[in-house]
Amino acid sequence: MNSKKGNRRIISTFFVVVLLMIGAIYAGFPVLWMLLSSFKPNTEIFAFPPKFLSDNFSFSAYKSILSDPVKVRFFINSYLVSSAVTLFTLFVSILAAYCFSRFDFKLKKPLNMLIISVQAVPPITLLIPYFGLIVTLKLFNTYWALILTYMVFTLPYAIIMLTGYFNTLPAELDEAVMIDGGSRFRALWNVLVPISIPGLISVGMYTFMQAWNEYLFALTLTKTIDMRTVPIGIQQLMGQHSYEWNEMMAMSILGCLPVLLLFLFFQRYFLEGMTAGSVKS
Amino acid sequence: MSILKSSPNIFRKRLLPYFYLSPTILLMLILMLLPIVMVIGYSFMDNVIMNKDPQFAGIDNYLEILTDKNFHQSVKNTFLFTVASVIFHMIIGLTFAMLLNTKRIHPSIRSLFRVIYVLPWVFTAAIIAILWRLLLNPNGIINYFLEQLGIISQKIEWLGSRNTALYALIFINIWSGYPFYMVSLLAGLQGISVDLYEAAEVDGANPVQRFVYITIPQLKPIIVSMAMLDCIWTMQQFTLVWMTTGGGPIRATEMLSTYTYKLAFSKYQFSLASASAVIILLFSMLLAFVYVRTQKARD
Repeated sequence: MNSKKGNRRIISTFFVVVLLMIGAIYAGFPVLWMLLSSFKPNTEIFAFPPKFLSDNFSFSAYKSILSDPVKVRFFINSYLVSSAVTLFTLFVSILAAYCFSRFDFKLKKPLNMLIISVQAVPPITLLIPYFGLIVTLKLFNTYWALILTYMVFTLPYAIIMLTGYFNTLPAELDEAVMIDGGSRFRALWNVLVPISIPGLISVGMYTFMQAWNEYLFALTLTKTIDMRTVPIGIQQLMGQHSYEWNEMMAMSILGCLPVLLLFLFFQRYFLEGMTAGSVKS
Repeated sequence: MSILKSSPNIFRKRLLPYFYLSPTILLMLILMLLPIVMVIGYSFMDNVIMNKDPQFAGIDNYLEILTDKNFHQSVKNTFLFTVASVIFHMIIGLTFAMLLNTKRIHPSIRSLFRVIYVLPWVFTAAIIAILWRLLLNPNGIINYFLEQLGIISQKIEWLGSRNTALYALIFINIWSGYPFYMVSLLAGLQGISVDLYEAAEVDGANPVQRFVYITIPQLKPIIVSMAMLDCIWTMQQFTLVWMTTGGGPIRATEMLSTYTYKLAFSKYQFSLASASAVIILLFSMLLAFVYVRTQKARD
């Protein structure tokens, strides 16, 4: 009886391990292939039979990207825009979330509803009027065009998540500061914000990712090569004469690095933050 | 007297919340509300932007869009793309979440697998598009494996053939989107009380019964809200389609988003594109309305 149960345990554990491996190949092999391809000379990309590790293993694809000022500029632009979007989004959403969490006012419900439903507005719908609007505001082909545009898409989520986070913190915390004669503003920035760091990290990461990944508006609202971001830069690598697959893969690896590192460092916060919204008891 | 004295105070107190909200409201008014009003306005004019003095055209643009064969094709493609993606995201997300939640594997190995499983998520759609163009290239590694295994007898141009392009695109989109479900469902699974399973086991429920009668009902709220969000996002997907197939070959993968983009930025039919964009907006708002309703039902 006991050994029969033990056997079943071993079989089911074996079954789980096999499934885990299949899943890992499905999820991880494309990424591994990307990495391996970035170390190959371009002539070996479609070698037959395929080679996993090239005899001519080299970092030359990376070197050629990092030594080309045009391509380095894509990265500088992306870092600049994404960091600015993250900072501004956090600042604006902290104010808004504090308001939704701590005040009672007439338009609270409808405004809250509006913020939630605005998330569903398709980017393509805004794109046509944006083009004219950004030109009218004299922002075409500037960082500000991208920063302000991205904030429209990052703010709603940030506000919703932070409101939820502030709601879990007892109101007595900030009231104590105000009774001691401190202002509301101080209560928010000196008390609430410091204890909300985990929530802010999670929201900040998500915001950075959204900005880093954006493609449609970066394509339409910038024009000159020196204003392009990484996603557009990768596409432009594709357009030139022949496909430099190894360089495209190297650029993709460099392009996902910030998000991957953020994820690995802040995994815990991020997963907690992600699920705070979906797991309600 | 005292009323007079305190009235500016009350006034200030009433306005204080809006002070905190002012940056948000300002941004949303100028860059969300105004463009929506503008695009709706455009959709009722004859060709705006290109035409210096556009005239009111009534519902002509909508009639032209709604009777356009290519529009019908993109609705069909978008529908298939969305439904298939959402269903497979759910199946793969749930399967992987359950695998990662198993107690049969050491926690440190589990967290290694978790990082591998989350990988597709750290890549932007532009990178995913390039990567899969490499993998699905006629001379690429996937054709090589399939040939070695004897599944296909000749090289297939997955993204370049009308018969396979849409399915290849769906396959790519499934790969890129399941981690979002997996992460949320994993947290959901960890939130289910162990007592429920133990009680069921005592009552003689087998694993399948435990899955159907405990796991699924417990996860249902998460699954429903994820699926709604996913429908909204997948329906709007542009980058992945644009950078893998561009809607081709011969509209085999044309989606509502690429159809609208082409109308505006390659054909310069801004009014027709606006009408199409408003139709997409209406679809999305309908889904959002259902989403908000399901969320409210949960609270």
